Amino acid sequence: MKKKFLNIIILNIFVFIGLISSLFSNTIQPGPRAYDEIQKALIFSKPGDLIQLSEGIFEFEDGLSLDIDNVTVAGEGEDKTILSFKNQKSGAEGLLVTSSGVVLKDFAIEDTIGDAIVVKGANGISFIRIRVEWTGGPKESNGAYGLYPVQSSDVLIDSCIAIGASDAGIYVGQSERIKVLNSLAKYNVAGIEIENSYFAEVIGNTAEHNTGGILIFDLPDLPQQGGHDILVANNLVINNDTKNFAPEGNIVGNTPNGTGIMIMANQFVEIRDNVIKNNATTGILIASYQDEAEDKNYDPIGNHIYIHGNTLNNNGFDVDKVRAKPISDAINGKIPEIVWDGVVPFIEWIGISPSSRVTLGSNFTESGKADFVNLKLMTKFLVPIIHKIDNNYSNYMGELESIKPVVFLQD
Amino acid sequence: MIKYFIIILVTFFLISSLKAEPLFLSEYNFFKNIREQIPKEGVIPYHIANPLFSDYTYKFRFISMPDNKVASYNYENIFNFPLGTTIIKTFAYPVDDRDLKKGFQLLETRLLIHKKEGWTPVSYVWNENQTDAKLKFIGKTIEANWIDKNGNVRNARYRVPNINQCKSCHQLNKAIMPIGPKGRNMDLDFFYQSGKENQIDYWEENKLLKDVPKKKMIKPAIWNDETFLIPERARSYLDSNCAHCHRKGGSAGNSGLYLSLEEVGRMAIGVMKKPVAAGRGSGNMEYVINPGKPEESILLFRMASTDPGVMMPELSRSLSHKEALPVIYEWIKEME
Repeated sequence: MKKKFLNIIILNIFVFIGLISSLFSNTIQPGPRAYDEIQKALIFSKPGDLIQLSEGIFEFEDGLSLDIDNVTVAGEGEDKTILSFKNQKSGAEGLLVTSSGVVLKDFAIEDTIGDAIVVKGANGISFIRIRVEWTGGPKESNGAYGLYPVQSSDVLIDSCIAIGASDAGIYVGQSERIKVLNSLAKYNVAGIEIENSYFAEVIGNTAEHNTGGILIFDLPDLPQQGGHDILVANNLVINNDTKNFAPEGNIVGNTPNGTGIMIMANQFVEIRDNVIKNNATTGILIASYQDEAEDKNYDPIGNHIYIHGNTLNNNGFDVDKVRAKPISDAINGKIPEIVWDGVVPFIEWIGISPSSRVTLGSNFTESGKADFVNLKLMTKFLVPIIHKIDNNYSNYMGELESIKPVVFLQD
Repeated sequence: MIKYFIIILVTFFLISSLKAEPLFLSEYNFFKNIREQIPKEGVIPYHIANPLFSDYTYKFRFISMPDNKVASYNYENIFNFPLGTTIIKTFAYPVDDRDLKKGFQLLETRLLIHKKEGWTPVSYVWNENQTDAKLKFIGKTIEANWIDKNGNVRNARYRVPNINQCKSCHQLNKAIMPIGPKGRNMDLDFFYQSGKENQIDYWEENKLLKDVPKKKMIKPAIWNDETFLIPERARSYLDSNCAHCHRKGGSAGNSGLYLSLEEVGRMAIGVMKKPVAAGRGSGNMEYVINPGKPEESILLFRMASTDPGVMMPELSRSLSHKEALPVIYEWIKEME
């Protein structure tokens, strides 16, 4: 009996100590000791802990890493708590998270030598009001990715800002159940990119002054491929006018200057109710993966692409003649607001198994209906003599079921 | 009440001290002479065929297994070590690489301890007087210098990894695993006090290792041994310097680039493989390995770089391994 009583006391004291220490969880201030203090906190935190960073500029020479589940790292605001890696000497990224259920909020990471924030293999990761930026403007020497969760699930990116990435500002790769909401991506090569991922929502974001605003890609030779169930809705995709500055060799280096939304080799993609304006090459581009792929499990051609309710205006006024050569070869003058390369599997092309890979609902310009072109590249490639592009919008009209909302497992 | 409080506090500290690692390396009692890195009896020194390049540091390796316990052999994976095993590795710079008798500056000693909950990494950083090393979880930068084999003074910004960084190289499918002591990496001679002997034979004779196959196993090439062919030397080098992350289930598994010795797919090892998330790591090149064109192969570019945003491996070095680059260069040059 007495022993039991003692046990309860011990338990209570543990809870008490826990409470006290959480009350006194001190805020980390900038200064010469700050790196060690933050890294120490990141290592010794316990699940449920809050690591609070004060207002100010933290200058770090080495990358930070977190491997404890359910830790929150919070600053005082993306414009107030700034982690600057201008003089970074080691670490391939600013912050690496390899644990699950982590919440990052209200701070900025600037000028990392590689990627800004990498999250690998997390079940649950939230970025809230985080800013990642290369402050010298768009440059090839900038790091590749701003926010970069990969091989993760239940990914939430809400009200974040990504500026200047030499690949993608917000990039989600090989993940599932993803929400990218209310965020701003500018002066990146790709503003927002969802790659080789399943079940994603990209809603309410602004992508401006990138090379390409929003990219939905699927690539071969990766552990996870066959991207599907992606909804891109209510985004503002405007003025994507930054010349492609990706280092050569990278797949986004192929993104034509001035692309609004681009879909490559995904299944079940719905693009609706977006405002897409002033993108020089085109508003919406649906393309197949053009390079040779040895990968037998890879499907380079997209399917069930449904585009409706978008407002497109003044896109395609100055097509990128290098990266979008098939477009500029086929069309003189203004490019239609929506472009499909028209690549289909052979049996569909000869008509044995017809299908509608791209389905159009009503899409508008500010003064009327949006136009569309199927470049019919299959025909051009196989029987160039009969090749003709197809501008007839009504040939592609139809309706598909909407993509179901993403539900996180812990919701 | 106060009495209870004190009891509780004491219990609390006891519990926490039970769990924690010793503060100093000397407390483990692994060494007869800790400064000279001479192990005590029962702590077995060893080396491996193809070590990871770590800024030209020398590495002194030891394994301590509980008495009367035996590890079991595995050719391509690490031996199955009994619980309670500690793998010990001290990193050091020679004062003068032309004359090792002048001694070493010991930097850190890393331990991998095989506990019930899994392999646990810890690192001990050597004090200035080189009398002992102290537990360090959060990593440290050591500005080190030494005289290299050509008599030049060299400097390195040596990074002691923090515990998360330990995990990033040592993780396989989310568990922490040793990297070095696997059969194919251990099959070489060592100068024991009793004389020169093959490590695997020695371990077997001393009842440290069981399940050793009777037949002779293939010895992989040693990367800097010119009696082996270039392709074999290159693959051995990539295996020990890249494949701890670049393998299925490793930290870089998401790249689809797999560089372990056992990997046979040409695309998997990077031949005509396009970069995925390399960013400026691509160096404006199109392929990881462009056969016949080492100057146009990302693999070699990233191995040669010392820019943290480009270089590979991401951890463990701040210098480039000039002696190894020609092997990779030749390999790609000869490749069809």
